[in-house]
Amino acid sequence: MKLIYEKSSPGRFGVPVSSIKLSSPKEISKKYLRSTPAELPEVSETEVVRHFTDLSRLNFSIDTHFYPLGSCTMKYNPKACETAANLPELTGIHPLWPQLYGRGLLAQGSLGILYNMDRLLSEITGLDEFTLQPMSGAHGELTGVMMMAAYHKDRGNKKDHIIIPDSAHGTNPASARLVDYNVVTIPSDENGMMDFDLFKAALNDKTAGVMLTSPNTLGVFNVRIKEICDAVHEVDGLMYYDGANFNAIMGRYKPGDMGFDVCHLNLHKSFATPHGGGGPGAGPVGVGEKLRPYLPISRVIKTEDGSFALNYDEPKSIGYIAPFYGNFGIITRAYVYLLMLGREGILGTSDRAVLNANYLLEKLRPLFGDKKKGRCMHEFVFSGSFLKENGVNTLDLAKGMIDRGIHPPTVYFPLNVPEAIMIEPTETEDLDTLNNFVKVIEELVELSKINPEKLHQAPNTTPVGRLDEVKAARDMRLSFML
Amino acid sequence: MKKTPFCATSEQDQEIMFKVLGINNFDDLFEAIPDELKSETFNVPEGLSEMEMMQHIRQIASKNSTDLVNFCGAGFYDHYIPSAVDALSSRGEFYTAYTPYQPEASQGTLQAAFEYQTAICRLTDMEVANASLFDGGTAIFEAIMMALRQTRRKKVLVDEGVNPIYRKMLRCYMQNLSFEYEEVALSKDGIADRAAYIDILDDSVGAVVLQNPNFFGCLDNFTELVDSIHAVKALAIMSVYPIALSQIETPGSMGADIVTGEGQSLGLPLNFGGPYLGFMAVQKKLVRKMPGRIVGETVDAQGRRGYVLTLQAREQHIRREKATSNICSNVQLCALRAIIYLSLIGKEGFRDLGQQCMDRANYAWDKLTAIDGIEPVFDRPFFNEFAIRLPKSASDVISDLIPQGIVAGFPVGHYYENMEDVLLLSFTEMRTKEEIDILAVKIESVLKI
Repeated sequence: MKLIYEKSSPGRFGVPVSSIKLSSPKEISKKYLRSTPAELPEVSETEVVRHFTDLSRLNFSIDTHFYPLGSCTMKYNPKACETAANLPELTGIHPLWPQLYGRGLLAQGSLGILYNMDRLLSEITGLDEFTLQPMSGAHGELTGVMMMAAYHKDRGNKKDHIIIPDSAHGTNPASARLVDYNVVTIPSDENGMMDFDLFKAALNDKTAGVMLTSPNTLGVFNVRIKEICDAVHEVDGLMYYDGANFNAIMGRYKPGDMGFDVCHLNLHKSFATPHGGGGPGAGPVGVGEKLRPYLPISRVIKTEDGSFALNYDEPKSIGYIAPFYGNFGIITRAYVYLLMLGREGILGTSDRAVLNANYLLEKLRPLFGDKKKGRCMHEFVFSGSFLKENGVNTLDLAKGMIDRGIHPPTVYFPLNVPEAIMIEPTETEDLDTLNNFVKVIEELVELSKINPEKLHQAPNTTPVGRLDEVKAARDMRLSFML
Repeated sequence: MKKTPFCATSEQDQEIMFKVLGINNFDDLFEAIPDELKSETFNVPEGLSEMEMMQHIRQIASKNSTDLVNFCGAGFYDHYIPSAVDALSSRGEFYTAYTPYQPEASQGTLQAAFEYQTAICRLTDMEVANASLFDGGTAIFEAIMMALRQTRRKKVLVDEGVNPIYRKMLRCYMQNLSFEYEEVALSKDGIADRAAYIDILDDSVGAVVLQNPNFFGCLDNFTELVDSIHAVKALAIMSVYPIALSQIETPGSMGADIVTGEGQSLGLPLNFGGPYLGFMAVQKKLVRKMPGRIVGETVDAQGRRGYVLTLQAREQHIRREKATSNICSNVQLCALRAIIYLSLIGKEGFRDLGQQCMDRANYAWDKLTAIDGIEPVFDRPFFNEFAIRLPKSASDVISDLIPQGIVAGFPVGHYYENMEDVLLLSFTEMRTKEEIDILAVKIESVLKI
């Protein structure tokens, strides 16, 4: 498809701004002005609407396709959440207004949403208070680790490393590094959990804390979590809960009750806010009593008269991790989602996410030659190594799914499983969709035996076939050149 | 029956699935997990129907103040958003898609990102842009980290003309890192203090962060200052307001190495602080050190043009603790809004938009500085924002005017010392002549009290 720049023609225009001239332009020295106008497209509004509508149709999305992307929790994004978050009374508020008048009188509605959301998330996680400021899961991790560092500094602890299992998301070690901690990686045991003995051997007085995802990226719940928490607290370390996979346990297990000191949640996963083709998300961070003094500022408080205000007076706070209060529009979507779910809905959501995953696990095990027994949580990982005997790999299988109208699962992650394929159906898919997925994989495995070449060539139904990524990295054509 | 909205299986489906699994109920799915871990309480209210939720949220939203005429900008601006921006960006094919790791199934997202990168390059006169970062503040932090990595130096200088909110963020992010962070006070003319930079710049400095227009709205041309920065082999980072780039000298022409900015004004609502759009552009020689996703053009086996995420070896999911940044996501939907916005406004329209903003600010300047007791803080050229000194506290004047339906500006004393009487006002194309006339009359009247 042509680029919008290639559709440009001099003199065409879309939406004019205003024709009212208020004053004659003031003379400004040329050295402050650009010499030529910025080269933006010159296209009609019709063309813009057709162009971006056409582009949208080249995408797979939850609204159009089953999207069992492991560890990404691609559940349906309710339309009502969009309507609520787009109310003009919410979108039109300038973030600096609370600082101008009566500690927040101009934004009582917005501050109320933030306050209510903090209370809800605290109850759901068993922690004391949340900051809603982090703008993604990784940003939440960084915020959490910064608070851990502030805690240790405050207590005069000399800590130099963080322990992270090898099944963790890559963001965990990257976040720890941004706070100048070294990373000690612990391999998984044969059950997919962090190897307990190796963990114990690595733990010492210099351990700032442990970052754990449970269930982890293999879909395995770490049943020794209490022992781990106790051992870490013994050396005045802190337990970080990576809530990337929280969709499996909502309402049933609370990180705070299990012994975690700090946790982030991905609102764009468990709480149904849209992924937007790669953001914006939100990664609120909750803490227990130990870390509360270090939460970022500002904080929303409820005053005695029931109104909401912003508090900036927290001497131990790590400071400003965002310009304002976080991705308010995303927080609002997640807030109203939780209001609609309510108590039973939150519990029921995780139950059904785990049921759907286990159903697929059971149905697909024979196809992947997976001899394990046991259950998974919200997702599971298979190895596609068995395909190799027909000269096919996991990537071929994934691309074959595209031709059958299914977005491929996560592939080649986690790194500790060869030819990994990671499947997370979520609770918003019905039995027909799951059964169809099983049928498609059966067909593709069959195809890999009788005509592997066909899978090598997949996908065939998309606007482009497999793209030359080496060429992209070598040529570095990163913007349109005339 | 228990209400579980948005869950797609029926109870009948669930019975079938239980049978396949050989279990009786949901609890059986969790039997491997020790009972002691189970939460005892779960105090969340019962769920609301969609209708009830909408009634509830409308009632909360109504507690916000609306219908205020806003002259407060300070880095975040209420520009008009054409209807087609919402209509197109709210297509489910865009907003319910994931990050485009499967390029064949994501060409819409990828091509739009490529077009966005192109537009950012054209606005800034830079060679390469990434596919976006969280916001203008984190973008500066990422730029500093990148510059210090590139120069292998330990010190960054940040101009006090840079938005004070961003400087608070930078101090927060730098606190655990073994880098030296220093702020450089403005000259008495309200711009970057050349003499001070000449004094401080030496071979320990890896990066200098400047902003144009600066927080007070003052325009500058940094060309010679950038030469001084380059003379000590440091990198120049410039934070810019993208709407101003319709008119003002570009960072690329002034020799910037890294450009960042807050893209909220490109088709995103103020939304009480987010989601916003951080943008970043660099010269090509720095691309391998740039954080964030980058989309590149390539071909498939049949030679058809297509787009992929490229140079991924820089990123955390591959590099883990050695990545260029821990931040793995961008804000693709916001970047999509920006490219739709810029396409709708267009080349001529964009220049016109900038002119409209400048004309309104000029009109207000003449009106306001004619009032007895009001003095300009700095007598510098500006784009659409400027600061005035009042004969009384700026916060008091703002508080007096809010009940009259006007947000007169931002009180600079919140962030700068000895500026309690300074009011910063911004003017977008949304403000009418009548509104500006009323603003001037009302300010004059509250000054008399």
